[in-house]
Amino acid sequence: MNLEYKVEGGDFTSAGLASSQIKKILKQLNVDPAVIKRVVIALYEAEVNIVAHAYRGVIKAQIDGGGINLTLEDEGPGIPDVEMAMTPGFSTASKAVREMGFGAGMGLPNISENADDFKIDTIVGQGTTLRIGIKFR
Amino acid sequence: MSRTTYNRALEILDDVCIGCSHCMKVCPTEALRVSAGKAVIHADWCIDCGECYRICPNRAIRVMDDDFKQIYNYKYRVLLVPSVFFAQFEDSVPREKIYQIIGELGFTEVCAVEQSVDSLTDEVNEYVKNAQKPVISSFCPAVIRLIQVRFPSLVDHIMQLLPPIEITAQYYKNKFAKAGIPDGELGIFYLTPCIAKIAAVKSPVGGYTSPINGVINMDFFFNKVYLAYKQRLPVSGNISINGELSSKGILYPTTGGESANVEGRTLAIDGMSNVIDFLEILENEEIDGVDFLELRACDQSCAGGILSHRNRFLTAESMKKYAATAPDYHKLTLDYQRYTSAVIHMDRIEPRSMVKYDRDIDAALQKMERARELRELFPGIDCGACGAPSCEALAEDIVKGQSEINACIFLRTLYEKRGELPLEEAIKIMERIWGRTRFDKRF
Ligand SMILES: Nc1ncnc2c1ncn2[C@@H]1O[C@H](COP(=O)(O)OP(=O)(O)OP(=O)(O)O)[C@@H](O)[C@H]1O
Ligand code: SF4
Ligand code: SF4
Ligand SMILES: [Mg+2]
Repeated sequence: MNLEYKVEGGDFTSAGLASSQIKKILKQLNVDPAVIKRVVIALYEAEVNIVAHAYRGVIKAQIDGGGINLTLEDEGPGIPDVEMAMTPGFSTASKAVREMGFGAGMGLPNISENADDFKIDTIVGQGTTLRIGIKFR
Repeated sequence: MSRTTYNRALEILDDVCIGCSHCMKVCPTEALRVSAGKAVIHADWCIDCGECYRICPNRAIRVMDDDFKQIYNYKYRVLLVPSVFFAQFEDSVPREKIYQIIGELGFTEVCAVEQSVDSLTDEVNEYVKNAQKPVISSFCPAVIRLIQVRFPSLVDHIMQLLPPIEITAQYYKNKFAKAGIPDGELGIFYLTPCIAKIAAVKSPVGGYTSPINGVINMDFFFNKVYLAYKQRLPVSGNISINGELSSKGILYPTTGGESANVEGRTLAIDGMSNVIDFLEILENEEIDGVDFLELRACDQSCAGGILSHRNRFLTAESMKKYAATAPDYHKLTLDYQRYTSAVIHMDRIEPRSMVKYDRDIDAALQKMERARELRELFPGIDCGACGAPSCEALAEDIVKGQSEINACIFLRTLYEKRGELPLEEAIKIMERIWGRTRFDKRF
């Protein structure tokens, strides 16, 4: 099954829509709750990153009996140093973003921890694509 | 499909039900459908919340309480009364009088069920300190069942300590046993403000068997007591009254009455849709630093229980007034320590998955995809004329072979307009949903 969601930069109040929708679907498919939790956390963090750091993006989810593959492609500034960005606690979040409760620098490490496969492709000045794979069993 | 709820706490009376579908629209788990003109419960999905009973305009849903006469199977008949019962009466009716009447109506002893709250609260704090946060209260059985069915990933947050009612029941059981009274002579009854508590007594979760022998419907019993009061039934004073209650105990079943006793950051949320909204975000792990959640299915908690007949705000107000006159601690705390432990632990609560499409994930995916395609065809009005609570639910039913595309009146009208569906066929479909005689009426 293929699903698609749009994400707008700066729209924090709508962030989490894709993860809620996908959570609902996975629950209806009786996927193990522990696995669902991992999907929701990883997807939510990635979704919020687009909202907080990029201009706009598209989330694509592909679900089959074996698992879920998520692709989050955004138009945005890109990530100059991916290794640095992956370091727990590293963040370039503005004061305004931190005041909304984001910007602890834990998003990318959290995604990586919850995903079975995780890949970042980024071009500075163009955008970032995250690929997250999580197996159901 | 059966005509009773999962734990057989409610029953739909086929001869009274007119299939009006009000219940179908309010069920939080979409466990109801209309078929052949009658409401039908998908028992596996029912969480015993009683929302269907609350809304039924035809009184076609019956509470499966126990026959009152069965109390006479026991020599000693103890009634555990929740504080919300006293608040069913106007404040001018003396509590003492209510106790006396309960005795006249057949009980040998009456006890305030929230008595065990005093000794329980310290233990709850101890538990919360060491448990996975946030701890979700185990008080409201409808919430527990909601979590089992709709939020299986959260079952481990439910506090594994039994609610006060079970401790009070244990106290009586042990006290009478120590006094040498044979097991079969003591009957413990609970006066219930809701059907969720009936379910909790009859089929408890967490590997526990309740010593409570029967459940009495509070709505029914209020009428009996009030009638006796109005008719000035003479009282003999033969009942033994154990009305000891602290203000904490009285307030416990009201919103905030439980969380107020828990240290740390706590929230009290009442009302089914509020609880569902909160559990959704909790499941996404968007909430940090909350230690304890008091979640109650009913608006105003038990003051708004389905068997509480009085306006829920007035009921809650009466309980607060009663609490203001009660002491901080009651005298029986030591007695409780003698006869029962302050807490009773239960096992982990198992999730009760809804199986929306299929147990096999590949089959489920296929069915879900088909359902999504079907949903595109439906108007999205959720009119309920198909006998399902929403277009989405109809799509699910169709892919499971439990309904048909033509059940949708919008599509059917379209097919009729195109001349693809004969009128007789359309009528037959409507009769399958709404009953055979429904379209024979002469005006
Ligand atoms: N989609 C993106 N586009 C551009 N930069 C990004 C993107 N995602 C992450 N980054 C950069 O990587 C850094 C680390 O991201 P991470 O998600 O780990 O932390 P954060 O978003 O700053 O804070 P948190 O996720 O804890 O709220 C960000 O501060 C940002 O500079
Ligand atoms: S008791 Fe609640 S869950 Fe059960 S059928 Fe009625 S409304 Fe639905
Ligand atoms: S809030 Fe109280 S009355 Fe309502 S279902 Fe829960 S326990 Fe029963
Ligand atoms: Mg982030």
